[in-house]
Amino acid sequence: MTLELTDKEIIDLEEKANKTRELIIATLLEAGSGHSAGPLGMADIFTAFYFHLLHHDPKNPEWDDRDRLILSNGHICPVRYVSMAMSGYFPIEELKTLRKINSRLQGHPHRTALAGLETTSGPLGSGLSQAIGIALAARLDKKKYKVYCLTSDGEHEEGNIWEAAMFAGKEKLNNLIEVMDRNNIQIDGFTEDVMPLEPLRDKYEAFGWHVLEVDGNNIAAFIETVEEAKAIFEKPVLIIAHTIPGKGVDFMENDFTWHGKPPDKEEAKKALSELRTLEGKIESEHQ
Amino acid sequence: MLNPHLYLNTNMFDEDAEKKPTRDGFGTGLVKLGTEDPNVVVLTADLSESTRTDGFEKAFPERFFEMGVAEQNMATVAAGLGVSGKTAFISSYATFSPGRNWEQIRTTIVYNNANVKVAGHHSGVMTGPDGATHQATEDIAITRVWPGMDVIVPCDSIEAEKATIAAGKKYGPVYLRFTRDKTPVMTTDKTPFEIGKARVFWTSEQPEVTILATGYMLYQALLAAKKLDAEGIPVLVINVPSIKPMDTKTIVDAAAQTGAVVTVEDHQTAGGLGGAVAELLAQHRPTPMEFIGLTDTFAESGKPEELLKKYKMDDIAIIEKVKKIIGRK
Repeated sequence: MTLELTDKEIIDLEEKANKTRELIIATLLEAGSGHSAGPLGMADIFTAFYFHLLHHDPKNPEWDDRDRLILSNGHICPVRYVSMAMSGYFPIEELKTLRKINSRLQGHPHRTALAGLETTSGPLGSGLSQAIGIALAARLDKKKYKVYCLTSDGEHEEGNIWEAAMFAGKEKLNNLIEVMDRNNIQIDGFTEDVMPLEPLRDKYEAFGWHVLEVDGNNIAAFIETVEEAKAIFEKPVLIIAHTIPGKGVDFMENDFTWHGKPPDKEEAKKALSELRTLEGKIESEHQ
Repeated sequence: MLNPHLYLNTNMFDEDAEKKPTRDGFGTGLVKLGTEDPNVVVLTADLSESTRTDGFEKAFPERFFEMGVAEQNMATVAAGLGVSGKTAFISSYATFSPGRNWEQIRTTIVYNNANVKVAGHHSGVMTGPDGATHQATEDIAITRVWPGMDVIVPCDSIEAEKATIAAGKKYGPVYLRFTRDKTPVMTTDKTPFEIGKARVFWTSEQPEVTILATGYMLYQALLAAKKLDAEGIPVLVINVPSIKPMDTKTIVDAAAQTGAVVTVEDHQTAGGLGGAVAELLAQHRPTPMEFIGLTDTFAESGKPEELLKKYKMDDIAIIEKVKKIIGRK
């Protein structure tokens, strides 16, 4: 499959992803609490959605025919809020209000606080079901928008998500694409130590899904995989996106202790310095 | 005497009085709603015949979703439908929904403000032989505490149909409570019903006690009132189908008028109608209260009438409490 993005467009997205990471660090520092590893790991995927894949209108978040993006692992909302701000849903300045009183940027995403969130989430395992409900409504109303649901690997320990998977398979929902953030960490450690999840592909295939896998930190590859997913008509599709938790900040990468805490002032300074100078990072293959 | 202005079923005390389960009213209400409104959708967790969603299922198969035995998924899928322009009803036994899926309903339906109505069936000890695992006796308590959730307990199948339709016509989360067994029809089509209103079903000159009842148990309260009347003890009996929002004025006025209140429900005495009324009166008009319901115990398998008697929830028990509270005034 040929990707319809030029090298220049890909580099532009990669730069946006880097900027996203900077803003995540700054936002978390200001908030004083929140999750670092997941948001940093998912910055590439969120950039791909908000700046390329989604049919949406930041100035009109209730546009009837918009694609819906549901975030099931709601705790990584800092990356969503940053992507929304960068793409024009609200001013970048407002990111400073994350987790503070009277803010639209609740600690876990709340649908009625901020237009564009689609659902309320935080307690794990229920986003896929909500996405399915939204996809069913689209089917009933003969609407053509796509429903994307982001989930985490860790939340696959909740029974609710397997109920959802079973039901989506039964309904052969073909307007639904799930993207699982396979970053191998959760609060108490590595997923395979806490509660082994593999083989995830086999499990979903057994439930009647079509499964694709991709490097979730490679924007071009991710976009290509989503386009492949959109072409599947007989089943719901799961994209297992392998990501590095804490991606972009050396001292955070692959360290599960960064799942649930923000950087302090010193750590943020170090992280931002890395992100701004791309120290020691491999150059984009598209340069 | 029965309130003559409410078009009540004056035959309700007869041997051959009409009896229908409130779940039937839910079933017919859904079909009526679905006929008028193409956005009504119904979901059940493998209990279509038992919770009477099968009528809607046959009439509108493309808008009916069989979710299998998965109440958490049922609630959260409904939440997705409910924020996408649909009016979604989810239907199962109350012990499982809102029992098992309490958190999902809280987060994705109530806090999320999705247009979803939760129908909790097999409420109370009236569920009978299935036993305590299936008798929902704490469901009013766990739903009325949610901000933004209406809680409605219809007294008979006719009121159940009206309640279902009223819930379907408004936006937002509603909890509807239904019973398994055939219960006496106390109202008629002409009897008014409104979310937020309580009405006096039994009036007396200079009543000494106010009996507040919800659901089927209203019948036990009316039986008690009839017997008490014959003994020369006049009471008021008020039907409270709307636990939330509660008809503050009617209840406070009645408490002020009589100076004593007995609450009657097929539910724990903690946290249900009794708890809600106690909270209200303590703030507005402190009044001695007695509570009829399950007193901090689970019930068991048995015939409904046997269980009401054993667990002191029938008309005899109500009469005892009325006499007791007169002594406390």
